Amino acid sequence: MSEEPVQPQKGTVPFLWPTTPTNAARRCPVVPAAKIGTVPQPPAAETALPDRSAGRVERSFDGLFLIGLSTLLGSYIALIAAILTALGAFTSPAYVLAAVQSEDVRFALRLSLLSCTFTTFLALWVAIPAGYVLSRCNFPGRNLVDAMLDIPIVLPPLVIGLGLLVLFQTPLGRAVERIIPVTFAVPSIILAQFTVACAFAVRTMRVTFDQISPRTEQVAMTLGCSRCQAFWRITLPEARRGVLTAATLAWARALGEFGPILVFSGATRLRTEVLPTTVFLELSTGNIEVAAAVSLMMVVTALVVLILARLFGLRGTGLL
Amino acid sequence: MISLNQISVHQGGFSLRNITLDVPGGAYGVLMGRTGSGKTTILEAICGLRPIAAGSVRLMGRDVTGLKPAARGVGYVPQDMALFSTLTVRDHLAFSLVVRRWGRAAVEARVEQMAEFLGISHLLDRKPHGLSGGESQRVALGRALAAQPEVLLLDEPLSALDEDTRGEMHALLRAIRLQGPLTVLHVTHNRAEAESLADRLFEIRDGSIQHVSPCLARGPNGT
Repeated sequence: MSEEPVQPQKGTVPFLWPTTPTNAARRCPVVPAAKIGTVPQPPAAETALPDRSAGRVERSFDGLFLIGLSTLLGSYIALIAAILTALGAFTSPAYVLAAVQSEDVRFALRLSLLSCTFTTFLALWVAIPAGYVLSRCNFPGRNLVDAMLDIPIVLPPLVIGLGLLVLFQTPLGRAVERIIPVTFAVPSIILAQFTVACAFAVRTMRVTFDQISPRTEQVAMTLGCSRCQAFWRITLPEARRGVLTAATLAWARALGEFGPILVFSGATRLRTEVLPTTVFLELSTGNIEVAAAVSLMMVVTALVVLILARLFGLRGTGLL
Repeated sequence: MISLNQISVHQGGFSLRNITLDVPGGAYGVLMGRTGSGKTTILEAICGLRPIAAGSVRLMGRDVTGLKPAARGVGYVPQDMALFSTLTVRDHLAFSLVVRRWGRAAVEARVEQMAEFLGISHLLDRKPHGLSGGESQRVALGRALAAQPEVLLLDEPLSALDEDTRGEMHALLRAIRLQGPLTVLHVTHNRAEAESLADRLFEIRDGSIQHVSPCLARGPNGT
């Protein structure tokens, strides 16, 4: 290689490594340029200095970036903690104890837990096949179906309740009511919870199946499986974390569901009262301390169930 | 034998037309071609995983064009191997046998035999996560061969392996051929690999297949 820098031929523009002095200064790795030999070698001291300062700038920028991110995360966590603390401070152990011993609250707790669990199984039963079909099959009207699934998520909760209430006033709804009473009874609670929770579960399952490569299923089919067998033996076990996520999401949504239940099921004590209804009833009669106590109960119940589900669901997956 | 007669496959903007290819029974066919030339698509068409728009596929004298993948009796080792993350190596080897409702004792005997032949007996209770490239490849081969298919389709089986492991796999692939009447179609972009294994060498270029005999495949400078 010659000592002299190789000059580009006249009339050609070297676009990969242009040799204008400004570009040469801006370029960050010095080594390739020196190898090619297109740039006059600057004195050693000059190359060393900018390199080191560049490293420092990068490191300090990374630090700032991470501090920025952590601050945002920290402020959100602080908000959540502050809400819980305020709730706790507003009530006292005596109120919590009174709430736990109250017949109404215990009924509401039991009904909440039972209805949410039933709703969750119902939602999974629909969401797993629905998510699979949306992820794997291409059929006419798929975009329409996809858009319709967002409706329960974007509709105001009160509107869902109103819609359900009106639906069960139609001839079809009345026919159903004659066989099994729905409106202002327990089935209406489950239906109201299911309508919203299922949409979230379907979304979760669809993303889950999207992330599972169809290759394993295809290989299973070459090994003698029908599509159905491949689904049960391979795809569903691979999707178990997604199923668990969908279940916890559906359960949590169902536990917090209030608007549709108020409209569609009413707020009758010892009949259609779930925990959010209790909070609402206590709040509307001015018993803010009791409302806060019941709210804390809901927080604790939800946390316990979600942690148990996670422990149980992740057992044997190597993640725990 | 593997016989493709004038098949056409369309997938999105990509299409292959009038592909004809014949690997005689018991032969080791290698299909060479650049990345993106449609090699994998051809293997998938033979498996029945990719619908073909025209033409016919015959395997061991049987027209399988309209058959489902499960009924074609092929062993398929995809390039990414696609091991089942929730199953143990033992379950992999037993998979096609359990699906075919073999008895428990027969499955166990066959799994032991396959594991010993492939040298993966010590891995039987492991899950695929954490297996090396060569080990994964052996599991994928074992899974494909357990039910004794007459046709084996290999998609770039050696490309992801290091030099030593590649040598072992070469030897293993040769050993498998000695085990019984197996017709192989092996897809690769590596000419040296193709020439060292092939009885029949094919090259796919610009959407059509040319048959190249191994000696002609070498260029004038021996590359």
